[in-house]
Amino acid sequence: MASIQLDGLTKVYPGDVRAVDALDLSIVDGEFFALLGPSGCGKTTLLRTIAGLEEATSGTVRIGDRDVTQLPPGKRELAMVFQDYALFPHMTVADNISYPLKIKGLAKPERLTKAVEAGEELSLGGLMERRPGELSGGQQQRVALARAIAVHPQVFLFDEPLSNLDARLRLEARTFLKRLQRELGVTTVFVTHDQAEALAMADRMAVMDAGKIRQVGTAREVFQRPASTFVANFIGSTPMNLLPGVVQGDGVDVSGQRIPMPADSREHVADGQDVVVGVRPEYLTLSQSAADGALHGVVAIIENLGTSALVTLEADGFTVAATVPDGEEPPIGADAWVSAAEGRTLVYRASDGELVDAPVAAAIA
Amino acid sequence: MAQQTALPPAEQPTAPAPSRTSATDVAGLGRGRAAAFVAPAMLLVAVFLVFPALWTLYIGVTNYRLTGVQARTPEIVGVDNYVDALGDPTFHNALFLTLVFVLFSAVLGQNLLGFALARSLATLRPVMRRVVESLVLLAWIIPSSIVAFLWLALLDRDAGTLNALLQTPGLAWLIDYPLVSIIVFNIWRGTAFSMLLYSAALASVPPSQLETARLVGASRWQTLRDVVFPHIRGHVLTNTLLISLWTFNDFTPFLITAGGPNDRTEVLPVYIYNTAISGGQMGYGAAVSLIMLVINLIIALFYIRLLRERR
Repeated sequence: MASIQLDGLTKVYPGDVRAVDALDLSIVDGEFFALLGPSGCGKTTLLRTIAGLEEATSGTVRIGDRDVTQLPPGKRELAMVFQDYALFPHMTVADNISYPLKIKGLAKPERLTKAVEAGEELSLGGLMERRPGELSGGQQQRVALARAIAVHPQVFLFDEPLSNLDARLRLEARTFLKRLQRELGVTTVFVTHDQAEALAMADRMAVMDAGKIRQVGTAREVFQRPASTFVANFIGSTPMNLLPGVVQGDGVDVSGQRIPMPADSREHVADGQDVVVGVRPEYLTLSQSAADGALHGVVAIIENLGTSALVTLEADGFTVAATVPDGEEPPIGADAWVSAAEGRTLVYRASDGELVDAPVAAAIA
Repeated sequence: MAQQTALPPAEQPTAPAPSRTSATDVAGLGRGRAAAFVAPAMLLVAVFLVFPALWTLYIGVTNYRLTGVQARTPEIVGVDNYVDALGDPTFHNALFLTLVFVLFSAVLGQNLLGFALARSLATLRPVMRRVVESLVLLAWIIPSSIVAFLWLALLDRDAGTLNALLQTPGLAWLIDYPLVSIIVFNIWRGTAFSMLLYSAALASVPPSQLETARLVGASRWQTLRDVVFPHIRGHVLTNTLLISLWTFNDFTPFLITAGGPNDRTEVLPVYIYNTAISGGQMGYGAAVSLIMLVINLIIALFYIRLLRERR
């Protein structure tokens, strides 16, 4: 078990493609850490560079107190679980799990004992003599995990661990992985493009875009206070409302409608500055009577989300969505007003999409 | 079959009988027209494959010769030709040479070199890869007669390129090392196929499995043994089967050494040519051909057996 420390890590592919761009990151010992981002953002390259499968162009990777930048993958004491699990189809489950131990030179009886132990831990007890082809997707994943566990590595790396499972199994595996990681206490980095997965599993996460980290934080921090409009757009199962506006005194003018400026943003903006107001649909309250500081619109679309519904209002110049509890949807075509819960409105600079105040100074509401 | 033809009429009464004949095939052609479409192909197969095979079978039991009395009135001699062949030291020699030729030039030479090329080409830059692949392929696709001429020029005693390169003037490769020469020649000529087949086979090994081996610290040899080989096992056997059979039946050595000197490169196809065509003993040659066919079948069965075995 060890921490991971990345300093100025850069990976440039031939053709001057900067997949990972001067990246600094520290992952604490025992942490369950997610690398999240859209496809092509460099998250998998980053994971593979930590693993040593890709050679860093510059910068260093430290695992615990060792600088492993120049070490081959086999000497970094880490185990990786691939998206397709990478099980050897010609070997039994027991041979698959014990393969790393075989390479390490353990005698057959000894490594089989360890394989059985690891298998038992992941309830693969009766399957040790089967071939991977005879297992379900979930079982295959557990074999891959058992193979990773059996060597007692310092670090686990998971590449999209859940994406090959069907939707229902994915939820189970999510809980299972989280519990397993907690029990083993091994520092784990996993890559995902699914924000819900990252929010659900990770202790902390890094949101990446174009080879850079846009925000690092706990699930709550990233969800409630995205550092930029990019992160705001990416995180959350319903997209955040991002409304362009202009600062006017202690309020923001959004296409002719005025909403109050959050108190903690007020000192960071100037009168007449272009901003983007961000507020999650979950934090908006919808009412069918006019209220002070609320945005007015006409109900255009209602999407059923199960226990709630997403109501989209159309106003002159923008649309805004809010969630309402199930059964309280307004009729389509009705006038409605939405107002943000206290402290849930974020103000971004229109120029660079960052929060108007320094993200570190932000007190989480 | 009988059931199939019997069934439709039983079902017909309910249907309003759309046409004269009920077409049982998907395309709705009916037997007659379908047979007409297949006929030209069947005719070609019959004329060029079935008839020669039967003819070989027939003349193999006669003393048929290319010229002379037996050319006009061949006599049935039963299994005499087969008995003669199996007891003939020159046949034994030819069979032995063929097996050596197949083992060293195909099973070992083309196989290993093809695999090595495929594996090292995979890491090369695409441009370099195309160049090497094209060169190797050229050796394969140029007609035998041209290739044979090139090799005669290469190995020539007095003005040969090889002697010039090695600075060994006057060394007669085809007289001093005839079998080695045609083995090297056949490796050069046939490696392209193995290389292409192995390139495709290696591409089918999932990268994540190779990377898993890297992550646990497996050496090159361990990766080859535990990951690569199990994946391409079927390809290896198929390839070895094909190149063994091709080499076994390959006549190109004749164009370089004509079986000489002193029968030292007289592999079976050359032996058959020399006895049947040059020597005129058609009956005997046909018998040897059939023996060769049987050996081919045995080789094929051996590989197919291996291929069927799991692990």
